[in-house]
Amino acid sequence: MSDSLSKLEKRTAYTLVLPAVLLVFAIVLFPIFANVWISFKDIELKDIRIPEPRAKKIVKSISENQSELKIIYKLRNSSLIQELRNVQFQDKFPTNVSPINLDPRCNFQSKKVVCNLGNWQAKFRENFEITIQNNNGEIIDKKIIKSQKPILSGKADNPLLTTNFTLENFKKVFYENNFVELLLTTFYFTFFGTVGAIIFGILAAQLVNQNIQGRTYMRGILLFPYVGPVVALAYTWTLLLDPNSGTLNALLVNFNIIEQPVNLLGQKYITMSILGFEFKLRLALTTVIFFEIWRYFPLAFLFILARLQAIPQTLYEAAEVDGASPIQKFIHITLPQITAIISILFMIRFIWNFNKFEDIFLLTGGASGTRTLPINVYQQGFAVSDIGMGSAVSIVIVMLLLSFMVIYFRLIGKRANEV
Amino acid sequence: MATLQGLNFTNLNVSSVFIIGILLSFVFVLLGNKINHLIKIFTLSFIFSILYFYSNEASPYWYIFGVFLITLFFTNKLKKYSMQSLKEDFISEKIIFDFITLFGIVFFAFVILFPFYIMLVTSFKTQIALLVNPLDFSLDITKSLTELFKSYFVIFETYNFGRYILISSAVSIGTVIVTLLFAIPAAYAVARLNFFGKNFLSTSILIIYMFPAIVLVIPLYTVFSQLGLRNSIIGLLIVYTATTLPVAIYMLQGYFKSIPKEIEDAGIMDGQNWFGIILKIIIPLSLPAIASVALYVFMIAWNEFLFSLMFLDSPKSFTLSRAIQYLSGDAETPRQYLMAGSVIVTLPVLFIFIYFEKYLVSGLTSGSVKG
Repeated sequence: MSDSLSKLEKRTAYTLVLPAVLLVFAIVLFPIFANVWISFKDIELKDIRIPEPRAKKIVKSISENQSELKIIYKLRNSSLIQELRNVQFQDKFPTNVSPINLDPRCNFQSKKVVCNLGNWQAKFRENFEITIQNNNGEIIDKKIIKSQKPILSGKADNPLLTTNFTLENFKKVFYENNFVELLLTTFYFTFFGTVGAIIFGILAAQLVNQNIQGRTYMRGILLFPYVGPVVALAYTWTLLLDPNSGTLNALLVNFNIIEQPVNLLGQKYITMSILGFEFKLRLALTTVIFFEIWRYFPLAFLFILARLQAIPQTLYEAAEVDGASPIQKFIHITLPQITAIISILFMIRFIWNFNKFEDIFLLTGGASGTRTLPINVYQQGFAVSDIGMGSAVSIVIVMLLLSFMVIYFRLIGKRANEV
Repeated sequence: MATLQGLNFTNLNVSSVFIIGILLSFVFVLLGNKINHLIKIFTLSFIFSILYFYSNEASPYWYIFGVFLITLFFTNKLKKYSMQSLKEDFISEKIIFDFITLFGIVFFAFVILFPFYIMLVTSFKTQIALLVNPLDFSLDITKSLTELFKSYFVIFETYNFGRYILISSAVSIGTVIVTLLFAIPAAYAVARLNFFGKNFLSTSILIIYMFPAIVLVIPLYTVFSQLGLRNSIIGLLIVYTATTLPVAIYMLQGYFKSIPKEIEDAGIMDGQNWFGIILKIIIPLSLPAIASVALYVFMIAWNEFLFSLMFLDSPKSFTLSRAIQYLSGDAETPRQYLMAGSVIVTLPVLFIFIYFEKYLVSGLTSGSVKG
């Protein structure tokens, strides 16, 4: 009894889970593995179309009484690089119409011309002609002939499925792609974006956690950048930071802080001198990092606030009795209580910032020193249209991500016992 | 309306303002609780504004009024201070903390809201006004409505934004429906039923969730190209559903687990099959959770940009985000049109967020939404 019940339970569970699992596997898991396949192939964006035989039909009159017509089919292989094999051609004609001097490759049977056109090389073109006549010498309606579209079929290899592999893509990724700089930029962006978001998150959470009026409103407002659409926010920032008509530059010039407007998103380096030391700051990258912090500190804020509100008030009261100062309270009570959530946040945000594409793409398009790994996937795959190379960069991202996750689960696994 | 253009900030008499402020703060603390708090703050703020006006004669009246309001706000915050409180332990630290809190709140509110305000104001401006004075933050409400909303008319008439709104809504609502259809049964199975591979499934949900869209893009692009799914709403719907499913399942199963099992047992006694149990017991009991998941999925789909950039090439099938990006690609496009588009794409999300904040925030902290 119970055995059959548990069997039924299993079967039910699988029917319930399977649709979702299959969909997620097809759209999320399959591409990750497909990337491995593509990254070992020398393939470009224009190669991914499967080659097709195509024909354009042109009808011409050759006799005066129009009982005879010449039909020219402009045949071509749609692919510039791939061969089409065993191309079959078929066209239908009205009753009483038959072809004359039919090409030897073709047959005429029951109102149909069927041809076997053999193999077509890449870029193959041919003007194929059929002359037709009406058996009774009557006029053939050109329109009817024209409206009938020929049917073509042919076999071709799907360039994605062929089995010739190459290591060229990975060679290019590591040696011809400024790989070290790419990696460094990605890590700068990820690390400072994450740390900044967490610091601002802690500050904001500390502020909102005090007894101020309109605390819930403040919490709502602080989450705006996180829930707003990235396109709108990025373009608003671009407008604010614009060197010619942007508000920020105008304000800074008005207050005499800077003399000339600075192109915050278009300038790679800016030389600064602090205490006599001159150093170069990655300006555009810094600006993008600030956008990143602005957009994602709300998430850190929310998690830290939730944790802060869970700290028992008695701890603070006890500290008060012991005569602790506000700073001491923060360091000895608040900070230890939020380290766990901060470490989790750090890992989550680190991974997500590492993968960030939209924000940088919309602000700078990866120019002026803001090219990170995800931007590089897009540039290689779609701007240079070398999708093999793009996939290879994706593989690098996946590998780095997997290693982060291993570290993460090791650390969190240990932490989980402590919390 | 006056603008900031008329103000010359460099001529502000900062030192005198500072001295007046210090003096008035002393008066405030000395007075203590001897007079009513409200009377105290109003008179002191008023005195401050008058003195401010005399030390900075160039300032227009509306500006002085603003100064009055700000002073009122700050003096109101000083309520708890008096001569007695100044003798407490660590009072200097406490005062600094209060000060930082106050300025921090103002700072954060400003930093967050200012870009949104600029977005809104710019969408109501003309090209010339934008170029002439970037520091003009005012809204000229004396203009006629058609002139004020000109950018909005233009983007609807010339750039077809009505169509993009429809497509974005269709894709987002479609994603919500399909995601829920797939996620509710799956979440129920994960929450309630025992089957082989269940633990594997729940961990892989989390891991899949960590994987970025950017590594999926190239394979999906190639496969969708070959299947003819690019430039189609169906293709977008499939991808959005698949990418939001892990979140939806994760959030829903957590809630389903909190429903007492006895209620379902009663349903089983009544001879309901799993379909009946989900439809008649689980769904009615978890409507708030389902609603919050639906809102999340809607917001994710509405805000999504990467896939719509990759998959949509023809303006016929653009979503709002993609349309705005396409507009910005033309350097000639006036910025106020771009901002009008941005306002249109932002407003629905902010409305949903403000209106349902309570549900959404609890969903956020349950560790779910990616970004």
